[in-house]
Amino acid sequence: MFAADSGCWFTQKVLCWRAAASVAWSVLLLPASTAAFVVLSKLSVLHPVQMFADCVSVLLSAGSVFSFVLLAGVIIMVGFLTFEYYTVIPSIACSKVALLGQLLHPRQLLYCLAHGVMGVVVGWSCAVTIGYRYERLAYLCPQKDRDGLLHMCLNEHHLLLLLEGGFVGLSHSLLGVIQNLNYVSFGTVQQHKYLCFKASLPLAAKCSAAQAFYSVRNFVLLYFFLGHIPRAWMCKSLSLHLDSSAHPLDSISGLLDLSLLYLLWISATYLLFSWYMTLLLFRIFVTEAYSFPVQSTFTEEAPQCLPKVLSEKQPMILKFLALQDLSLLSQHSPSRRSQVFSLSQPGGHPHNWNAISKECLSLLADLTQRLVSYHETVATNGRTKSLSSGSDRKTSSESSGTEDLASCRPTFLMKTPASVFLRSVGAGPQSPLTSPFTPDLDSPFASPTLRQLTSPVDPGSPWHGVVQSPHVMRRAPKLWSTSTDSQRNGSPPASPATLPTPKPESSKPSFLAQFFQNRREQLPEASSQALFADGQAHIWALDGLSYLVQASFTEDQFGVVQTTLPSILSSMLLLQEAVDRHFKLPHASSKPVRSTISLGDSSHKTLRFALRATLKTAIYRITTTFGAHLHAVQLSAEHRKRLQHFLEYKE
Amino acid sequence: MCSLTLFPPPLQDGQTTLCESNNELLSGSNTQNASPMSLHFPRESLKLHSRTESSSKAAFLDHSETLWMRSAAAWRDGGLTGLLNEITDSNSEVPKWLSVGSGCILALLRWISSFHSSLFPHLTLSSEDMIAEFSQVLNWSDCVVRAFAWHPHTDKFAVALLDESIKIYNPKSTTTPTLKHRLQRNVAAMQWKPLCASALAVACQNCVLVWHVDPCSLSARPSSSCAQVLSHPGHAPVTSIAWSPSGALLLSASPMDTSMMVWDVAAESCVPLQRVGGGGVTFLSWSPDGSHVLASTPSALFRVWETRMWTCERWPCLKGRCQSGCWSPDGSRLLFAVEGETVIYALTFAGAPDISTSSLKGPQAAAVVADLSETTFHTEDGDLIVGGEIQSLAWDPRGERLAVLLKGDPQATNRPAIIAVFKTRTSPIFELLPCGFVQGEPGVEPRLMQFHPNFQHGALLTVCWSSGRITHVPFYFLTSAVPVVGLSGSPSLLHPLERPADFASQSLFTELLS
Repeated sequence: MFAADSGCWFTQKVLCWRAAASVAWSVLLLPASTAAFVVLSKLSVLHPVQMFADCVSVLLSAGSVFSFVLLAGVIIMVGFLTFEYYTVIPSIACSKVALLGQLLHPRQLLYCLAHGVMGVVVGWSCAVTIGYRYERLAYLCPQKDRDGLLHMCLNEHHLLLLLEGGFVGLSHSLLGVIQNLNYVSFGTVQQHKYLCFKASLPLAAKCSAAQAFYSVRNFVLLYFFLGHIPRAWMCKSLSLHLDSSAHPLDSISGLLDLSLLYLLWISATYLLFSWYMTLLLFRIFVTEAYSFPVQSTFTEEAPQCLPKVLSEKQPMILKFLALQDLSLLSQHSPSRRSQVFSLSQPGGHPHNWNAISKECLSLLADLTQRLVSYHETVATNGRTKSLSSGSDRKTSSESSGTEDLASCRPTFLMKTPASVFLRSVGAGPQSPLTSPFTPDLDSPFASPTLRQLTSPVDPGSPWHGVVQSPHVMRRAPKLWSTSTDSQRNGSPPASPATLPTPKPESSKPSFLAQFFQNRREQLPEASSQALFADGQAHIWALDGLSYLVQASFTEDQFGVVQTTLPSILSSMLLLQEAVDRHFKLPHASSKPVRSTISLGDSSHKTLRFALRATLKTAIYRITTTFGAHLHAVQLSAEHRKRLQHFLEYKE
Repeated sequence: MCSLTLFPPPLQDGQTTLCESNNELLSGSNTQNASPMSLHFPRESLKLHSRTESSSKAAFLDHSETLWMRSAAAWRDGGLTGLLNEITDSNSEVPKWLSVGSGCILALLRWISSFHSSLFPHLTLSSEDMIAEFSQVLNWSDCVVRAFAWHPHTDKFAVALLDESIKIYNPKSTTTPTLKHRLQRNVAAMQWKPLCASALAVACQNCVLVWHVDPCSLSARPSSSCAQVLSHPGHAPVTSIAWSPSGALLLSASPMDTSMMVWDVAAESCVPLQRVGGGGVTFLSWSPDGSHVLASTPSALFRVWETRMWTCERWPCLKGRCQSGCWSPDGSRLLFAVEGETVIYALTFAGAPDISTSSLKGPQAAAVVADLSETTFHTEDGDLIVGGEIQSLAWDPRGERLAVLLKGDPQATNRPAIIAVFKTRTSPIFELLPCGFVQGEPGVEPRLMQFHPNFQHGALLTVCWSSGRITHVPFYFLTSAVPVVGLSGSPSLLHPLERPADFASQSLFTELLS
């Protein structure tokens, strides 16, 4: 998957080993969590001795060894999938529809399917380990049938655990997309791997318990309503019978069995915990700082040196690790800094510094450019252009317009859910409501489960199911609604059953349509988050540059930094200007809602604040170091004025 | 090892220390000139809360609610123990087994917590008492000025007052912004963010607040939306905070929490660094070069963290906890004082560790550098006893003056709290010489002191007194060492040392002797 051959050595020599080590550790830790699971599943306060004996016998039995091997296989598979799907730049969906698109991406579906299957396997292992009535899928029916023959009957308890495993695995993988579980973030402080792991262990336990609770609740509800379908299918395909004497489990009395619920919860927790451990270990191993040589005496090692590696595009993590290493060396390592400031032996060119500073500056210029063009789009149109969703400006602006209208009065464009489907299927591109993902509404994924899965993204946001929110009306610009007004009047009504009469009762059928309408609406601040999705790289570049410049005041013997100082300063000041302007936009400076307990890393949501703070600190670092000497640096008048603010500590 | 006997005698009554010039501390009578920079906050001028919040409950009439409502309220206010208390108290309404059961659980919880707090006695303190116990401010609960912070780069400073407000004074502007926030209660410490003009971190009872006070703004009351709230469950009260010298990270410590928090302030996220021994973290001090952090605990143990990989060295003390500590400007030397002892210890660290040498080899034992045991001075007004336990230490940013705030004895009239100032030299060898005592008006004790981070002509010690006055005592001297690069611009020329005074020639401590 890493096509570029330049960064290939890194994938082969470092990344694969790191991933393998993390998987190996998670397999090694599996017996501990399995033992904990066995103890918890056999828990009985009244007979502790018997419980202990039970646990030991279960752990030493041949069946548990087999299931352990199976579980190890599952962990290896999970580790492999994590390795295949991880990313250092989070994919931020700018609208709910884009999120849906992410969820329904074939690659993602494969991921979900694999997790579902692995969940079933874990569920089977759990069932075998728990034993008792859960152990086998079929048992001999207690009653003979009319012919006097004995039949095999379906053990619904066993089936329940299997299905639960599959459900939890599936919901884990779906939630993973929403919470960006595959996003690997780099820690604020460097710590040894063991300490990192120890510190994150309680969180993993807490998260898995909480997540398991919600998953089991949803599963039980689902099974209550739809449980007969898989049961009948199982009976039919395996030619098993239903035990008429046993109580069916998809009833209130069947599901309100405390020991059953407890076991379901424990096994879901066990499943999630072992997977979260794998994920955590992977994150810890893969983000460990890697020290690249600054320069090498051998030419064949030149591609592995920091100046070369910095400019690599693929794999992305290589660039990130290189920038992290740059930031660390600039802060902590005088000897490696001296290599950066050194001159090449024949020729006397500061190749190292030139390459490093050029790459960092191009990163900063790239971000500046991105911010400026984003700002231009917003400033000229008064509407935001969505960045990552396929349905870009047109959809977003028009949906906002209609949504504005919908909140003011009942929409007339949509009467019934049927009209939504009709239009989405047949109306074609002239329809203002077309979006690439609308046909998926009638796909099997548009179940209550999905809706419930998409909602936890931002439970505090006004977009959470509420249509007539005051935020909606406030957010829509005035200019905009008039433009859609004219368009509305001009365009022929798409649905045959339209009458522009605002009647309160007509709002009722359009609720579903509005619901999806809101889902297509831009998420507040999501576009801003998406702009700064790779902000960590810029933060390191700023840190690295500013620390190197600071160190150059005393350590740079040949004055190599001096030549680039004007361009460093001006690019930082330009970026500062662009960032300042960006933060004046409505949603840019609003803080994201504190995420509830979850392992999903939400640090990407605050990257823009971190970048702003780092940028300011970086400029101050240079100005405090150089002080009045900066007056001698060639800068434009505007930048000089700006720099003067920094010199006087007025920013 | 020498003691305070080498110091010049304290001033007579009615004399206050004005400044140091030509190697002598000059004094004057107090009435004549209050310097323009000195501030005064009389206790009467502050509007204090007459009643604490917990006592207001009694002012409301009893209102009968259902048990469910009361239980929910108790759960919200007091957590599990509150809920259990409520159920136990309302034994007439709940079934007997429930009230008896919750009573038993409550007793069990109390027994466990008593066991826990017998291990760490400080856990039984109320949060206000805890701040007073571990604060660097002498007699914190009674202090008008509760915290003081100079800005690291400019001449502005922030003052936290007894009425839970913070005022920011800037000589270049006429407005003095007053910061108030709902959560800003019992301020234990403040620090400005380095390499930033506006951010001020405040350690409060329940959280850390980071104020962003725009230096160009003319607003006298910045709204509470200018403050970021950093809180973590179980991390309260916060008694100490420390910014990294590079301005990237903020550390916060609470005696109730065994982990110290490393905050990424912009992202409002934290990384807990947990070490169970010691039962909490009381005081933090980041070395000026950013390589080490001193973290003291409520037990007879402190840690020195290395900030690259965040590993720590444990330093068990013999007698008590580490009360205060300060770093030399180059971060190579740590001076600290232990509660219950009257000496200053020093630890020497190797220079900033290179990235290649990950394991740094620290010192093996601390050396005693100064003995501050009680010394009697015979003055005209009678005997004056100086010395005893140390409340706080402060080292000026050039590493030439060390100020020590001695606790004194509040009961005895002839043993006041006093600031003793040492002359120090860190290179080529570490030396400690007596300088003198800094005294204020009669009957007024120093409570809190801090050196100005970049005073051009030597060192400037700011002292907050028990009367609510803040004065600045300059120490004029020519620096012998190369100034710290980065703070004062271009390196100045070396100047010859000034004429040593006769008492100053007797050095208290040099590395050559020990």
